[in-house]
Amino acid sequence: MTAPMIAMNGITKSFPGVRALSDVSFDVRAGEVQALVGENGAGKSTLIKILSGVYHADAGEVHMNGEAVHFAHPVESLRAGIAVIYQEFSLLPERSVAQNLFLGREPRTRLGLIDTSRMRAEAREVLSLFAAAGHIDPDSLVGSLNVATQQVVEIAKAVSTGARVVVMDEPTAALNETECEELFATVDTLRNRGVAIIYITHRMREIARLADRVTVLKDGEVAASFDTLPSPDAIVRAMVGRDIEDFFAPKAKPDEIGDPVLTVRGAGNDVLRDIDLDIRAGEIVALAGIQGAGRVALAMALFGEAPFATGDVTLAGEAVSFRSARAAIAGGIGLLPGDRKSEGLVLMQSVRDNGMLTSRAFAPLWTSDQRNDNADTTRMDALLDQMEIRAASYEQDIRALSGGNQQKAIVARWLSMRPKLLIFIEPTRGIDVNSKAGIYHLMRDLAREGAGILMISSDLPEVIGVADRVLVMQSGRIVAEFPHDASEQDIMHAATAETEVAA
Amino acid sequence: MTDTGSPRSSALRRRLSQINPVWVLLVLLIAAIIFMNPRFVEPTGYMNFLKRAAPLAILAAGQVYVIVSGGFDLSVGSLITLVVVGSSMLTNNDPAATYWVIPLMLTMGLGVGAINGLIVCFLRVPSLIATLGMMITLNGLAFLWSGGAPRGYLPDTFRFFGRELIRDVPLVRFIPVSVLVLIVVVGVFAWAMHRTNLGRHIHAIGDNPVAARLAGVPVNRVRITAFMISGLSGAIAGILLGGFAGVSTDVGAGYELQAITAAVLGGAQLLGGKGSVPAAFGGALALTAIFTLLNFLGLPQPVRQVVQGLILIAAVALAMHRRKQTGT
Ligand SMILES: Nc1ncnc2c1ncn2[C@@H]1O[C@H](COP(=O)(O)OP(=O)(O)OP(=O)(O)O)[C@@H](O)[C@H]1O
Ligand SMILES: [Mg+2]
Repeated sequence: MTAPMIAMNGITKSFPGVRALSDVSFDVRAGEVQALVGENGAGKSTLIKILSGVYHADAGEVHMNGEAVHFAHPVESLRAGIAVIYQEFSLLPERSVAQNLFLGREPRTRLGLIDTSRMRAEAREVLSLFAAAGHIDPDSLVGSLNVATQQVVEIAKAVSTGARVVVMDEPTAALNETECEELFATVDTLRNRGVAIIYITHRMREIARLADRVTVLKDGEVAASFDTLPSPDAIVRAMVGRDIEDFFAPKAKPDEIGDPVLTVRGAGNDVLRDIDLDIRAGEIVALAGIQGAGRVALAMALFGEAPFATGDVTLAGEAVSFRSARAAIAGGIGLLPGDRKSEGLVLMQSVRDNGMLTSRAFAPLWTSDQRNDNADTTRMDALLDQMEIRAASYEQDIRALSGGNQQKAIVARWLSMRPKLLIFIEPTRGIDVNSKAGIYHLMRDLAREGAGILMISSDLPEVIGVADRVLVMQSGRIVAEFPHDASEQDIMHAATAETEVAA
Repeated sequence: MTDTGSPRSSALRRRLSQINPVWVLLVLLIAAIIFMNPRFVEPTGYMNFLKRAAPLAILAAGQVYVIVSGGFDLSVGSLITLVVVGSSMLTNNDPAATYWVIPLMLTMGLGVGAINGLIVCFLRVPSLIATLGMMITLNGLAFLWSGGAPRGYLPDTFRFFGRELIRDVPLVRFIPVSVLVLIVVVGVFAWAMHRTNLGRHIHAIGDNPVAARLAGVPVNRVRITAFMISGLSGAIAGILLGGFAGVSTDVGAGYELQAITAAVLGGAQLLGGKGSVPAAFGGALALTAIFTLLNFLGLPQPVRQVVQGLILIAAVALAMHRRKQTGT
């Protein structure tokens, strides 16, 4: 057997107040996919940042092809052939695909000018390595591509710079079902080309689909490493330390569903058309559909961010037309945004401040920040405890928390407001299995207390497991409705089928 | 493994690393001043120092609000000028006029701040440009109002705040009124910034305005309030300066950049999200201490400007470096 492409031995790393990794050993060989899994805050991203030179280990060493390496800076690891694909892209949206692929190393003509035709041709060649990228026009602007395609371009860029190790940290978090398939095909291509791949995910299905080996981190230590693909249950047991029995909460019983909380009739705007929608108290309704189908636009219309231009909306029996998020919240609607970093969090503030943000927003400006009608620091801390947030302290900047723990703080923010209608956009994006189960049960508890819940999710098993009713959107309209026992195929079909396009 | 034997020393080191460097800088500068002028430790020495620092410190405390909310306020320097010139025109040597002129000036400060805020929020002009425009406008107004040659003096009732001393105070012998004003203003500003909902919202909108809006924070109201507080601090500083600097059309010149420098020395995050009123106060004292030292060394005004420019650049470079290190 050849030496592993990357071997990390005895890695230890502490941050003020937390030991993120202790004595972690980990390796990956050429031509294999090593899945790295673990609960939120287990230390996965930290391990990757040590590999790529963003952080420096307190102890332990990294070997590449049997030789010890020390990367002081990400640039050095990149030069050595380690590419990390983060959730946030590093591509320039205003430049073309070809320009991005060859950024800083453009082919030149003899006069020293950029040889655009050669660049275009070489770009096409690189892209054609990937089934999912074959159709990409090298001249199109990166900003105009969907997230999945941008990701492929990013991976293609890594490959064309000669990366021999590709790390993907939760690459599917922003992708829908079809886009995930494209990504998996890309990963297969990479594997066949002999690239060593480290793949971080919280989704069991992706592990089953892609992984050759699996390493499980728990509390900064290696809890298990499997040299062959283990069963999902075995992974979960190693991750959580026990079996998770009822992953999804039970569905609503007929008598738990009450009067409509929200009714929408004939509503529309630039993006949305003919929206009729009812959500009843005690009910969880899921909105399925592909990216761009108008699901988020519908959420933002209800939330007053991009209001309806026509139609009628009734909330708890009263006609409403919210023109701002603030008005919608005052009226009793809450919304968990889909993009945590850019829409949800105030990163430089503490965990507790993030939790109390909305309750404070509806208290007088000039009063104490310690307590208001909806929350006080003690009650917020209790909520944060209840969500099992892992933080050195709630006074710590939320920026240092792992993604899943950040998400829980936003959930706590809305729990304190007790809204009538709560809209969750991709509620478990980047969240570990255990906390996912926690959030599903929490949604159900909220519904039982009389809230109506609208959930937008691109994760079909989640849609089916959580919702009492599934609505499918396509091109700005609601095109199908399914009861809770719908199959993935039915939903997929409704979401992608060519509808009888009415004029 | 690393040195597990000394958890206490590492905890101590962490505690030390959390101390804002501005206080260390200030202590060093004060030590240098005392070294050059031992009489600084007497009340006349340090009280005069505080009195001289008061307008800048108040201005810096107000500027922090705007910086943390994600903007700049360049208009405060010429606001000071307008307050001083306007007060001298309005009081017209009538001691009794002070009692309505001062409230009027404070209101004018709030008003200028409100206009700055409205322009930034609703016309979407970047604050740097909006307040630069306001700075030029106010300068022009001050010039027009005084006809270019400001009339003589402010009445003693007006100059009370900038000039008078309260005598026979135990321990320190005397306290200048301006130092009392300084303590009250910085105290109230620190409370509002660090203990109220307003302060949290100012941090939030500077940190991530989209997230703040989606969480229901009244972003415009908060932003306008931040500018109004900065405007108020400009008016208060102007009233103090009128007391001890006299009337001219350039009393306020350059104060806006000094205030920004002081806030940044105190660790305020440029582009918003983080900052502290007490530390900006510390930054203002440090800057004043530097000027005092340059004076002792007998360096002329232009050198002072060069130094101030270099400090501003250095402080901002440091702030940007910190921002990059913390990974935002
Ligand atoms: N810069 C930092 N400063 C302080 N603590 C940090 C920092 N970065 C990470 N941590 C802490 O280290 C631990 C591991 O975090 P890490 O981001 O590696 O988790 P993760 O396994 O990637 O989680 P997730 O699945 O939620 O992304 C967490 O407790 C986190 O709060
Ligand atoms: Mg992570």
